Amino acid sequence: MRVQKISPANTEAPSVEPVDLSLMDGLIKSYRGKKGNLIPLLQGTQEIYGFLPREAILKLCSETGHDLSELYGVATFYAQFRLSPTGKHLIKMCHGTACHVLQVSEVTEGILDYLEIQEGQTTPDRLFTFETVACLGCCSLAPVMMIGDEAHGKLSPQNALKIVKDIRRNEISLLTSPTI
Amino acid sequence: MSKTVITVGLGSCGIAAGAAKTYSQLELIKKADNLDFELKKTSCVGMCFREPLVEISDETGTWLYGPVDVARADEIVEKHIKNFSPVQEYLVLSDSVSTADRSFLEGQVKIALRNCGKIDPESIDEYEAQGGYDALRKIVSESLSPQEVVSMVSASGLRGRGGGGFPTGQKWNFARHSQASQKFVICNADEGDPGAFMDRSILEGDPHAVIEGMIICGYAIGASQGYIYCRAEYPLAIKRLAIALSQARQRGYLGKDPMGMDGFFFDITIKEGAGAFVCGEETALIASIEGQRGMPRRRPPFPAHSGLWKSPTIINNVETLVNIPQIVLNGPEQFASLGTDNSKGTKVFAITGKIRNGGLVEVPMGISIRDIVFKLGGGMSGNKNFKAVQLGGPSGGCIPEYLANTKVDFDSVNATGAIMGSGGMVVMDESTCVVDIARFFLDFTQKESCGKCTFCRIGTKRMLEILTRLTEGEGCEGDLEKLEELAIHIKDGSLCGLGQTAPNPVLTTLKYFRSEYEAHIHHKKCPALLCKKLLTYTIHQEKCTGCTACFKGCPADAIISTKRQPHSIIEEKCIKCGICFTKCKFQAILIS
Repeated sequence: MRVQKISPANTEAPSVEPVDLSLMDGLIKSYRGKKGNLIPLLQGTQEIYGFLPREAILKLCSETGHDLSELYGVATFYAQFRLSPTGKHLIKMCHGTACHVLQVSEVTEGILDYLEIQEGQTTPDRLFTFETVACLGCCSLAPVMMIGDEAHGKLSPQNALKIVKDIRRNEISLLTSPTI
Repeated sequence: MSKTVITVGLGSCGIAAGAAKTYSQLELIKKADNLDFELKKTSCVGMCFREPLVEISDETGTWLYGPVDVARADEIVEKHIKNFSPVQEYLVLSDSVSTADRSFLEGQVKIALRNCGKIDPESIDEYEAQGGYDALRKIVSESLSPQEVVSMVSASGLRGRGGGGFPTGQKWNFARHSQASQKFVICNADEGDPGAFMDRSILEGDPHAVIEGMIICGYAIGASQGYIYCRAEYPLAIKRLAIALSQARQRGYLGKDPMGMDGFFFDITIKEGAGAFVCGEETALIASIEGQRGMPRRRPPFPAHSGLWKSPTIINNVETLVNIPQIVLNGPEQFASLGTDNSKGTKVFAITGKIRNGGLVEVPMGISIRDIVFKLGGGMSGNKNFKAVQLGGPSGGCIPEYLANTKVDFDSVNATGAIMGSGGMVVMDESTCVVDIARFFLDFTQKESCGKCTFCRIGTKRMLEILTRLTEGEGCEGDLEKLEELAIHIKDGSLCGLGQTAPNPVLTTLKYFRSEYEAHIHHKKCPALLCKKLLTYTIHQEKCTGCTACFKGCPADAIISTKRQPHSIIEEKCIKCGICFTKCKFQAILIS
């Protein structure tokens, strides 16, 4: 079912990092009083922070007149909205029909095993978040995944793993290389 | 001498295949070597199996190359541009040389896709050069009344391309005769069927045609505001639509009195969907634009009478709308001359799966599935036999090989138990397990069910549980009957199309491949050798050289190994991971 339960951790604990709520002022102003503004407001908020921080939803509630239940109701219904931050690299693995027929599940298994996380989770080093999506619409390149804005097609368990490993290696070398 | 033009196909699929890199490389060479050619962008021409595609047009004609990566781009420029010698090796199509890929285009009639892969979608001039906005001009110059436009659409026999197949003209007529001060036109671009991407391709490749179709609809029904409800997963489509909208406003096609159509005001806003398959259903889509959860409501009243904010609303699919300008411009008779008695015109299909030439094809209604798969699609991609196609995505069904002569029109497809849907056609071969496919679709619909209707919410979950059990070797007597019973109740007890059609993949596979289900239950075997838990791994004693590669790879200590002696597998310990199969270089691991 589309509607997801939210864990208490999401609604009670404040965000780990402080949230600069003033970033939302322009957004709220541009949609104030407009019919059907709830989803664009949430989309805009997520664009700013990368997810929907609790504080931001509370601000939307107090400044736009939408009920908190309404805001959370919509935020938990649509796949696009996240209530917690993602890792630096968001892996969207396509599980559309064409990808499924070409055995994407083996590719997924391989990457999840390597990252030691489950679907929808973020690695402890906050480098990767792994999600499966219904269809990216480039079926003739199946199996396909998007990492950030880049699509990678014709995946096999081996070449997909290599792409992910290369990203991690680059990130580690960035961290360890001396700054000039 | 005409100037040489190089055009790169930059649709999402092309970009995913690396077309952007190819484009930058061509830009680089052009600058570095100071070459005299014009570099242009276009969108997807539908030949996804050869992406990235690069077309060179010079005085010798047009030459389409693919797949062109950066290295090949260098080579092609070197040989074709600098030395006037076409590179046969990567040639997909040309005017003068016959190629194997030509068969992909034979039999295609392009109305909806007429500009895709041909024009630069970000240029209104190129759209106009192809007769763009001429349909609007015709309405003005011939003073066609709104009722005349509706009648033209009715006479064309156009039926909704989003899945339902409702006659478009009739729908418009309802909205036209609804009395209200405000009416809306919505373009449904929430293409959610996993395996269909024609709408994305049209939006990316020919956004002005969608806009023109919407303006005509607005004029015909008396609406002043249009919305394009597009999936957020299609960022490129949204970007190109936004560009096209601002160009159309500048040229006066949108806004007050477009083209001097006195007293008519029409503008269009893009609404980004937030990710919910059910929002493809019209009442759920309306709820979503209104800013609520995308849950469907009971019909009637139909949106044509009471839709967005209770105003009469027409919701048409992308492919439906792009046909409109052509119907108005060329007359309904031309459109109606294509297709079958009850299904006029053409239909775009996205062919994917185990097919050699995967991509988008537009064919007249009434062509057979076999022709699409074998003539246009070039047959299977591997060496296995054709088994079935899944038509209509999660709402559709499996059509087996022996019914492949079925014509693709609304009635013939419905008679098989599948539906035309939006035109996603996933081709399967013998290594595709239909039980697994049915489970896949149920998994999808179960996750996407909005939860409003009990049968859809819980029934799909129970069906999924049974199907999962079957694929894991836990199937038991009576499971198939239970599936059928649940299917009937879900169809009856659901408000919207999602629930009413969710059982279709199961029902059609049960109808055509019942023995495969039975093999899973009674013999605990998967005939397609796909369901992992039902496989048995053994080692061929003669072929095994005792190299120990499988033994070293086995994570479950399930292989008995003596060096240089044939190995064997302890079945009880085997976890069926398949590692031994991939490690063995001597084809000595057998799967049954």
